[in-house]
Amino acid sequence: MSDSYYGRPILKAPAWRHDIPAYLFTGGLAAGSALLAAGADLTGRPRTRRAARLAALGALGASTYFLINDLGRPERFHHMLRVAKPTSPMSVGTWLLTAFGGAAGLAATAEIRPRRWNGPAGRLTDAAGRAAGLGAAALAPGLATYTAVLIADTAVPSWHEARADLPFAFAGSALASGAAVGLIGAPPSEGGPARALAVTGVALEVAATHRIETGLGLLSEPYRTGKAARLLHAARALNLAGAAGALLGRRSRVVSALSGAALLAGSLATRFGIYEAGVASTKDPKYVVEPQRGSA
Amino acid sequence: MSAPQRMGFFTDTSVCIGCKACEVACKEWNGVPADGLDLLGLSFDNTGQLDANSWRHVAFIEQPVGDHGDMRWLMASDVCKHCTHAACLDVCPTGSLMRTEFDTVIVQADICNGCGYCISACPYGVIDRREGDGRAWKCTLCYDRIGDGLRPACATACPTESIQYGPLDELRERAQARLEALDDPQARLYGHDPADGVGGQGAFFLLLDEPEVYGLPPAPVVTTRDLPQMWKRAGLAALTMAAAVAVSFLGRRK
Repeated sequence: MSDSYYGRPILKAPAWRHDIPAYLFTGGLAAGSALLAAGADLTGRPRTRRAARLAALGALGASTYFLINDLGRPERFHHMLRVAKPTSPMSVGTWLLTAFGGAAGLAATAEIRPRRWNGPAGRLTDAAGRAAGLGAAALAPGLATYTAVLIADTAVPSWHEARADLPFAFAGSALASGAAVGLIGAPPSEGGPARALAVTGVALEVAATHRIETGLGLLSEPYRTGKAARLLHAARALNLAGAAGALLGRRSRVVSALSGAALLAGSLATRFGIYEAGVASTKDPKYVVEPQRGSA
Repeated sequence: MSAPQRMGFFTDTSVCIGCKACEVACKEWNGVPADGLDLLGLSFDNTGQLDANSWRHVAFIEQPVGDHGDMRWLMASDVCKHCTHAACLDVCPTGSLMRTEFDTVIVQADICNGCGYCISACPYGVIDRREGDGRAWKCTLCYDRIGDGLRPACATACPTESIQYGPLDELRERAQARLEALDDPQARLYGHDPADGVGGQGAFFLLLDEPEVYGLPPAPVVTTRDLPQMWKRAGLAALTMAAAVAVSFLGRRK
């Protein structure tokens, strides 16, 4: 047991509310959906494309709400746009999200064009939608993984120590939630790629999370105790069930949709679990002192 | 006109008498709001920690000495470290946190939008969001006084010169001399070394025990130091995502 000042924390707990882990989920969902939409667009899967483009826009809207709502001064959200700072992952993310928002918004708009526009106006809208959708997909991997850098670039011991694996956990989580949109929103006949993505995403997410839970010495402890552990256990069960359902339920719309729901819930639980573990690691000074003393 | 010298604090805790004049002077000069009466039951410390409404914090530690029931008191006035490599400043997405001509670090209250990133970035748990105000606040090293040649309020009020203000180079020399004069095997300087994890603190300390006894991290680092490595991992993960999508769709053209 290391010395401390009356056992009081050395660090401040994150000032963020639950908007931030919620955004980690919706940002990943937006990115995963944009990738699925682009793949569906290029391979002739219109119903998957439509569902995924609309989901990307919806998730983007939710992300914007969470990010602004969490600010201490929400009316000053545009102060984020007065600088572009490479040393601040939040600044990098702001610009990434802004660019992604424009592209994903345009792609979704093309999706809701009136059916009766089947002349040149319709073709132009579709072409613009495709270009915008590909643009959004190009930005999507960055959008899904910068958030890992954002939380790892802090003094929060269990986040910073997980810096090598967090991007892979978030990448997998985003892929799985994007795949879930395809499983829920499109018929099984279009669902081959979404099923493959569900399995790949879950494999990445579960493997990276496992490394975080076991490979960080003392700083893995917050991931294996309390609320964080309960959330991460639930996340693993939901993710594995979702992946299994995606594989086995390939002929059933209902099983596919249920699998998609499990994947979404699993991704959400992963984000909240990782978030809670970081918060817990700021509250006990041993997580600061022992690793810095080289005794953990 | 040449740039001003780097200014800072040397807090010599060996002469601190725990009067808290620094806490009071800081609150008065800077108009820092009260945060209520809170009796913590931790020796004479009812402030608890540095936060949005406490920019100086006097710690009181009661330690047993020897086998005869004797004890010693350690007292120390903590403050923002004004790091050479300041994580709060690095991560601030609005440019609200800035470095002054005195190489100190301040928050511009008219810019801060309360995103809270600096709070998680600070390895000392100094900067904090103020309840009901929403913005981040911390010690300014009395930016509005030192520009006019005045000493910061806390250093001016300190009756024992435990808090010394001046050019950082000079303070480092003075601290070294004090450490030698003190001749106490437990005494050590904290945050004076430009080779440490934050590039040296603009506000450093002479302590009489391990830093963690005072609630200070023993070997803090500025985590932005690892940013290139972190972006590389994120880039790799992003490529993995793109490859996974490509493989999932490949050969499945309808």
